[in-house]
Amino acid sequence: MGAEGGKFVRAAFLPWLILGWVGFAVLPWYLVEDGFWAFQWLIDGYPLDSDYAPALVQAALGNVWLFPLLLPLLAPLFIIRKTKTDPDYARVLIISGGFGFAYLLAQGFIVGISGWEYTALENLFGPMNSRQYGMGYGALLTATGFLVLFTSGLAAAGSLRGDVFVTSAIGIVIALVATFVFLPVGKVLISAFISESGTYAFAAFGENFFTRKIWGLACITTTASCGVAWNSLFLALLTGVSTTLLGLAFALVATRTDFRWKKSLRTLTVLPIITPPFVIGLALILLFGRAGTITQFVSDLLGVEPGRWLYGLPGIWLAQTLSFTPIAFLVLIGVVEGVSPSMEEASQTLGASRWNTFKRVSLPLMRPGLANAFLIGFIESMADFGNPMVLGGNYEVLSTEIFFAIVGAQNDQGRAAVLAILLLCFTLSAFFAQRVWLGKKSYTTVAGKAESGAHAGMNPLLRNICLGVTLPWAAFTLAIYGMILFGGFVISWGRDHSLTLQHYSNAFSVDWAEHGLHWEGTAWDSFWTTITISAIAAPLTAALGLLTSFLLVRQKFRGKNLFEFGTMLSFAIPGTVIGVSYILAFNVPPFELTGTGVILVLCFVFRNMPVGVRGGIAAMTQLDKSLDEASLTLGANSLTTLRRVILPLLRPAIVAALVYSFVRAITSVSAVIFLVSADHNMATSYIIGLVENGQYGIAIAYSSVLIIVMLLAIFLVQRAVGERKLRRDNRLEATSAKSKSLKEKQA
Amino acid sequence: MSLHLRPGSVVFENITKKYGVVTAIDDVSFSIEPGHLVTLLGPSGCGKTTTLRMIAGLEHPTNGRVIIGGKDVTSLPATDRDVSMVFQSYALFPHMTVAENVGYGLSVSGLGKQETGERVEEGLELVGLAGYGQRLPSELSGGQQQRVAVARALVLEPEVLLLDEPLSNLDAKLRRKVREEIRDLQQKLGLTAVYVTHDQEEALAVSDRIIVMNRSVIAQEGTPRELYEKPASSFIADFIGDANLVEGEIVATHSPNEATVRIASLQCNLPDRGLAAGPVKIAIRPDCVLLEKASPELKGIKGNIIHATYLGNQIHYTIDSALGELFVVDYRIDRAITAGSDISMTFASRGMALLAS
Repeated sequence: MGAEGGKFVRAAFLPWLILGWVGFAVLPWYLVEDGFWAFQWLIDGYPLDSDYAPALVQAALGNVWLFPLLLPLLAPLFIIRKTKTDPDYARVLIISGGFGFAYLLAQGFIVGISGWEYTALENLFGPMNSRQYGMGYGALLTATGFLVLFTSGLAAAGSLRGDVFVTSAIGIVIALVATFVFLPVGKVLISAFISESGTYAFAAFGENFFTRKIWGLACITTTASCGVAWNSLFLALLTGVSTTLLGLAFALVATRTDFRWKKSLRTLTVLPIITPPFVIGLALILLFGRAGTITQFVSDLLGVEPGRWLYGLPGIWLAQTLSFTPIAFLVLIGVVEGVSPSMEEASQTLGASRWNTFKRVSLPLMRPGLANAFLIGFIESMADFGNPMVLGGNYEVLSTEIFFAIVGAQNDQGRAAVLAILLLCFTLSAFFAQRVWLGKKSYTTVAGKAESGAHAGMNPLLRNICLGVTLPWAAFTLAIYGMILFGGFVISWGRDHSLTLQHYSNAFSVDWAEHGLHWEGTAWDSFWTTITISAIAAPLTAALGLLTSFLLVRQKFRGKNLFEFGTMLSFAIPGTVIGVSYILAFNVPPFELTGTGVILVLCFVFRNMPVGVRGGIAAMTQLDKSLDEASLTLGANSLTTLRRVILPLLRPAIVAALVYSFVRAITSVSAVIFLVSADHNMATSYIIGLVENGQYGIAIAYSSVLIIVMLLAIFLVQRAVGERKLRRDNRLEATSAKSKSLKEKQA
Repeated sequence: MSLHLRPGSVVFENITKKYGVVTAIDDVSFSIEPGHLVTLLGPSGCGKTTTLRMIAGLEHPTNGRVIIGGKDVTSLPATDRDVSMVFQSYALFPHMTVAENVGYGLSVSGLGKQETGERVEEGLELVGLAGYGQRLPSELSGGQQQRVAVARALVLEPEVLLLDEPLSNLDAKLRRKVREEIRDLQQKLGLTAVYVTHDQEEALAVSDRIIVMNRSVIAQEGTPRELYEKPASSFIADFIGDANLVEGEIVATHSPNEATVRIASLQCNLPDRGLAAGPVKIAIRPDCVLLEKASPELKGIKGNIIHATYLGNQIHYTIDSALGELFVVDYRIDRAITAGSDISMTFASRGMALLAS
C-alpha cells in the first residue's frame, strides 16, 4: 500500500511500460499453436523461430511493420523523471499509449494470414510476401501496457479527478466489451451482407431475409409449416403467457394463502438455474415420447397407437413452460409482496370486497411486474436452444435454424447471420420493452420498509383456482425431476425397466491402472473440461461484473449510459447468436481463438457478465455512498477503497456472481455448441450428442451428475467466501438477500 | 496530548459549482481562520453541504479556487487532501472493529502496525472510548458511534476537520451534550473545523463564526451575536431565531447612528444601520412583543388574540393587528390572556432591528 501523497507518484506508469516491453521483447508475439501454457515453445527454437519469436525478433525477421511499435515503447522513458503535474507527463503518455494501442490493433487487422487483408492496400503498396497469425500473449501484454499508459495519461491530464485506477478500469472494460461483444456482433451484421462470392451486397441480405422459410404463412391455410420467424414468435408468446400466469398463481399461493408447504415452493426457483436447458425436454421424452411411461400406459389402457404429438410445438411449449415458470415466479413474488398492504387495507376499509380489492387495487399495481415476467419468458423462449433441439421435430425455430445453417450441410454463414440478426431484433425489442417497464415499476409499487399490516387474503374462488393450478403443476415438476434422477438407473426406458448402474459406469468408471488412477468412463473428458473452464470463467466473470458495477454506481463520467448499454447488451443476445458471432469474429487473425479453451472462457465471461453487473449494482446501491467517501477522505485511493471497504461488504453479491457464472457455464448449450472442439468438448454438447444418438440412459445419468455437482459447487463457494462479520446490521443483510434474488431473476 | 495538529486556514475564492444547468454554488468567497469553528448554516438545498464537500475534495468546483493551509488544492482529489470529515451517517465501516475503523486512515497511508495501534488508543481515549476498540460499530450506541467517527477523523491530524450535520442522527437530549463535547474538543485541540447544520440553535451554540447560506449564495456572515442582533435581511432575521417582520417608517436619523422609527401608532429609537429616512422593514423577536389586556388608557397597538397555546414555561400567542398577524412568546404564565381577548401591544427595543431588505 503506497502513500498516495505527492511524493511517490513519479513514474507510476513504470510497471505498465515494463509490461509492454515484456510483451514486445520477451514473450512469443503470435499465438502458440500447441498452447502457450504447455511451454513447449521454450525448447522448440525460441526465441529465433518465427513461430515463437517475440515481436522485436519478428520485426528483424521480416515483419517490419512491427518496428514502429518501438517508438511508443521508448517515448515514455523520457518522462520517467517527471512528475504527474508536468504537462509533458500527460502528453507523452496519451500520445504514446494511444498511438501504440491503435497501431497494434490496426496492423493486426491489416496484415493477415495471406499478407494484406484489403485489396486496396495491395494495389497501393504491391503484394506482400510476409504474413502473420493471430495475436498471442506477447501482443496481449503489450496492448494492455499501451492501454494503461494511455489511461494513466488521461488521468494525469485531469480526467476523473486524476484517478488512475478508475480511468484505467474504464478503459480496460471498454476495450474488453468492444472486442468481445461489439466486434463479434458487428461481424454478424457485416457477414449478413456478404454474398457467396465474398463481396458486399444488399442483394445477399434480401435474398436470405425475404424467403418463405422465414416469413411463410402456409400453416394458416394448409398443413405445411410456417416460416421460422413466425414459429419462434408464436412459441415465445405462448411461453410468455403460460409462464406468467403460472408464475402469478405460484406467487399468490406463496404470499397470500396459508398453504402449508408454501415455503418449499421457493426452492423451485433454484431448479432452472442448476438444470441444463434440454434436460426437461429429455425427461418429457421419457414420459410422453413414443416409448414414454405415460404414453405406454395410456395406449395400453385405451388401445390407441402411441403418437408423436410431443415432438413439435406442444412439446417445446410444455418443456419451456416447465423450465421458465420458476423465473416468472421469482419476478412476480417480489412484485406481489411489494404491493403495500396498507393500500389493500385502505381499499377494504373503503368497503371493497376481497375480489374487488384484488381486481382494482392489487392487480393494477402488479401490472408492470406481470409485463416484466412476460417479457423475460418471451426472451428466454426465443433464446432457448436445448428444448427445441431435443423436442423440435418439424417445428423449426430461429435458434435451431441458425445452428443448422452453420453446422449442417449448407454451412451458409450469410444465412446464419441473417437469422441471427432477426433473432437479435426480437430479443432486443423485448429487452428494451422490459427496461421501460422496469423503470416504471418503481413508481407504481410501493416498497415501504416500516409498513405494517397484512396483505388481504384472497377471495375463496381465486384461492382455489390458484391452488388447483399450482399443486398439480408442482407435482408434475417434481415428477420430471424425479424422472431425471431415476432415469439414469434403468436399462432402457420404456422397454426394459430393470435397475442398473451400467449408464453411470459407462460414463464415469474409474480404474486403477499401472500408471495410477485411470479415468475410463466416456464422460470424463468433457466433464473435466467443463469443470475447468467453468472454474476459470467464474471468478473472471464475477470480477469483471463487480468492477463494472462499481464504475457504474460509484463513478461519474461522460458516456456512462452508453457504457452501461454496452456492458448489458450481451444479456439480450441469445446464445446461438453469440456462438455464431464468435465463430465469425475469432476464426481469423488478429484474434484466432476458435478451437481453444480460451474462446469458451471468453464466451462465458461476456455472456454472464451482465448478471454480475446487475447483482453488483443492486448490492452496491444499498451501500451508503458515504462509506466510500469516508474512506477517500481518510486518504485511501479508489483501489484501496474498493478492496478494503466495498468488496468485504459485497460478499453476498460475490458469492452469487461466482455461483451463478459457474453454474451458467456448466449448463450453457446454445453458444457452446458452436465453439466446442475435439480437444475442448463441454458436457452439455456431449450430452446433446448422446440424445441425438438415442442414448437416453447415459444422457440422463450425466445430466443428474451435473446437477449434483452444481449443488455441491454452490455449497462449496458459499463456504469458501464465507459470511460477513456484521452483527445486528439488518440493512446490509437485506441487501444480500436482495442481490441474490435479483441474480436468480436473471436466470 | 500527542496529537500534532497544524490547524490550517480555508479560503474559498469565487467558487461556482454547476450540475448541468443547475447552479448549486454561485460565486461564493469566504475565508476561515486557523483554529476557528465556522458553521455553514442554511435551509436544505442552500448549497452548504456542497460547499463542505468541495472543501473535502469530494466535489470539485466549476470555477474558482480552494485554498487550504495556504496551498491551492482546487484540483486535488479527497484522497490527497489533508482534511478529515465526520459524516452525517458516521459512515463507520460495519465490517471493521472500532479500532480498525479508527486506524483505517493511518494504515492506508502506510503507517506501521504498532504506531497505528498506539495512535488508535490515543484517539479513542480522546473521545472517551478507551477499551472499546474490539467492538463492532453495530454494538455501540448512536452517540458512541459518533465519537468513533470523530476519533477516526482526528487521528489523521488533519489541517481541517469537517462535520456534516453530526448531530442529526442523535435524539434531542443527547444532541446538546454531544455538541458541547465537540466544541470542547475543538477548542482544546485548537482545531480548524467547518460544521454544517440546518439547525440555527446548534449553530449559535457551537460556532466562532456562522456563514448563513441561502439559494446558492452567502446571505450573511458573522459571529452568532451579530447574526441574531443585526440580521442583514428578513431571511436572516426569520431564520436565526423567529422574527415578526413589520412595516414601519424612519422618521428621522440622529447621530450617533440612531434612528427614530414609527411603527403604526408607536415610536421608538433604534440603531439606524446606515439607513436613511423613509419606509423600512423591522424585525421584532417574538419574546419582545409585550401584551397587555386592552384598556382605554393604554397607548399601544390594538390587536386581538386568535390563538393562545400553553407550553408549560411559556405561552404562544397569535395576534391579529394592524401590522398583520404576529407571533408572540410570553413567559408570564400567571398572566395568561385568553383567546379572543382584545389586547394592546408595545415592543421592547432590545429585540428589534431595522432591515436593509
